[in-house]
Amino acid sequence: MDTLYLIAVTIIKTAIYFGLLMLHVAYATYAERKVIGHIQLRLGPMVVGPHGILQPIADIIKLIFKEDIIPSAVDRRIFTIAPLISLTAALSTFAVIPVSEGWVISDINVGILYVLGIAGIGIYGIIFAGWSSNSKYAFLGGLRSAAQMISYEVALAMSLVGVILMAESFNLTEIVNKQAQYPMGMFLLPQIIGYFVFVVAMLAETNRVPFDLPEAETELVAGYFVEYSGIRFSLFYLAEYLAMFCMSALATICFWGGWTVPPFLVEIFPFIGIIPGVVWFLLKVYFHMFLFFWLRGTLPRYRYDQLMSIGWKVLIPLALINIVITSIIKYYS
Amino acid sequence: MNLENTKELIINMGPQHPATHGVLRLVLEVEGEVIKRCIPYIGYLHRGVEKLSEDLTYVQSLPLTDRLDYLSSMVNNVGFCIAVEKLMGIEVPLRAKFIRTILSEMARICSHLVWIATHALDIGAMTVFLYAMRDREKLLELFEMVTGARLTVSYPRVGGVRCDINEEFINELSDFINKFPERVEEYETLIDKNRVWLKRTKGVGVITAEEAINWGLTGPTLRGSGVYYDVRKFFPYDAYDMVDFEVPIGKNGDIYDRYKCRMLEFRQSARIIKQCIEKLPEGAILAEESPKIRMPSSPLKIDKNDIQFEIYVEDRNIEDFIKKFTDVYASVEAPRGELGFYIVCDDSAKPYRMRVRAPSFVHAGVLPKLCEGALIADVIANIGSIDIVLGECDR
Repeated sequence: MDTLYLIAVTIIKTAIYFGLLMLHVAYATYAERKVIGHIQLRLGPMVVGPHGILQPIADIIKLIFKEDIIPSAVDRRIFTIAPLISLTAALSTFAVIPVSEGWVISDINVGILYVLGIAGIGIYGIIFAGWSSNSKYAFLGGLRSAAQMISYEVALAMSLVGVILMAESFNLTEIVNKQAQYPMGMFLLPQIIGYFVFVVAMLAETNRVPFDLPEAETELVAGYFVEYSGIRFSLFYLAEYLAMFCMSALATICFWGGWTVPPFLVEIFPFIGIIPGVVWFLLKVYFHMFLFFWLRGTLPRYRYDQLMSIGWKVLIPLALINIVITSIIKYYS
Repeated sequence: MNLENTKELIINMGPQHPATHGVLRLVLEVEGEVIKRCIPYIGYLHRGVEKLSEDLTYVQSLPLTDRLDYLSSMVNNVGFCIAVEKLMGIEVPLRAKFIRTILSEMARICSHLVWIATHALDIGAMTVFLYAMRDREKLLELFEMVTGARLTVSYPRVGGVRCDINEEFINELSDFINKFPERVEEYETLIDKNRVWLKRTKGVGVITAEEAINWGLTGPTLRGSGVYYDVRKFFPYDAYDMVDFEVPIGKNGDIYDRYKCRMLEFRQSARIIKQCIEKLPEGAILAEESPKIRMPSSPLKIDKNDIQFEIYVEDRNIEDFIKKFTDVYASVEAPRGELGFYIVCDDSAKPYRMRVRAPSFVHAGVLPKLCEGALIADVIANIGSIDIVLGECDR
């Protein structure tokens, strides 16, 4: 009976989490268009609803009802599976991400490893999509993303080693609780090198500007999903935005103290202590999402070889230095 | 693994590709990301402008030249008019010369704005595109104010210009020109101090001065390699010998230097316009002896069957000008390079042959040299940096 109860609770939790997550993704597209619009002296979506607030709904309806085109030369089976792999991987990462104390679907003790591992599976979707499309542009995009994501995953994982050392745990809730004893209630200051490496690697890992080479529209037209249309196309987009949220949440948890309030803020304004943790968590996530949009409105794109050399020659050595420094301090204190 | 059966991947880039600036088609043989061979194919926008002009009188060909380089139609018009004026020996009134210079430089700014917009977009900086379009919009409005058209202006006439400019136009133009250098700095802060931009452009797509001359490059593409040549300085036309301006040149001949040259030209163009407004003399805008078209008194009176006979050139006296089979070459400094018109005429009112020396056509030829050995992303940057317009290239 206990098992049944547990399963029921998990399903309900997952459903609520999933619903809220989808809402966030839908409005992340809206926020992105608005932010970039204002950066570029435009207004962004303005027609559907007041200030275009219903635009994401209209987009979803349009994408669902579009004709699903599968070109005749593609490898049909892999072509249809590829977006599902990407999406499933992106969704699964959220199973272990806590949004507040105890608000988590599954509080496993190797949370960070799980997130990194599952996020890595998403690459298969992209490679499969590029390969099965039987198109040269998609093929190049797929190859680029394979090389890019694998090399940046190394940097991403290494940047988190410092955090793991300091928290002495892989569990995400544990990591947040451990940060209370550090200045401002965050690992941000002691792990500033790690945070820098993490932010750069997370941009590359999610294929965002300035590392959006797999889908570089002026070079490869659209990269790996050039042959996709309708709902399959939107699944890739969904996966990309989910990955962005996942990385933002990871940055918040590992470096920004998760749902905790910086203690000095509570000292100055005691009343903000009553604000629930989830609000702080979301604010910190939104900041990172804004960072993604902001950079997209500002930066040009790196070239393929430059991207690789940044990953291997700058980020990984920096992450290694960070690990060494953290270990030494940890050992002597 | 059997490597004997491997071969290069052939990628067809264009004619429908977001970054080939129109309908350029490149066939690339790539090994991984490295280009082994690059063959440009042109001709997708061929409209036979040169052949068409053989069936039109000297005055009627003017609107055709609009369609060459549609981003700076004013300069094309001026080039054609100067060639015909040279042929007929017409002296243009001073005021018309200044007006032409003002509008030519406006066209140059317009064209360079489109260039910086698309070039930055190709390299991935999307915001510059919309910033540049904001300023271009203002200039197009100014064009519309004088000529009634935004892109294909057909404004100059053989022997002058079509209509005079007024006080309101001059005021608005001065406003724009005074603010413009700040705007250029705005673009530069967005891209020029950006590490990513510098990494993408410095040392990429190098053309040495010698190569540039041998390939016949002109305009900013040539000056980026450090060669001092500008038609406006060496063979002055219109009012360019009466104003003070500098010709910026680069040093290394890479994408960055070509970019820098054009950015400096923005400021020189603004300077030229400013001086022209100050020095603008009063007087006629069309020479007395310019060829005129006889129009029907009202468009309603035209019989549809006669339409081709009603509108004709009243210039039987052209034959007086042209005593014998003669030819003329005149060139102007278009935003992309030296735009030349070579006209061979017989004793009729129509050219026997008109040849357009289009800078884009010459520049498209240098693409294989720039791209071979480079990466796919560099191809896009190179196309942007030599700034070709396929309308002019294919004619």
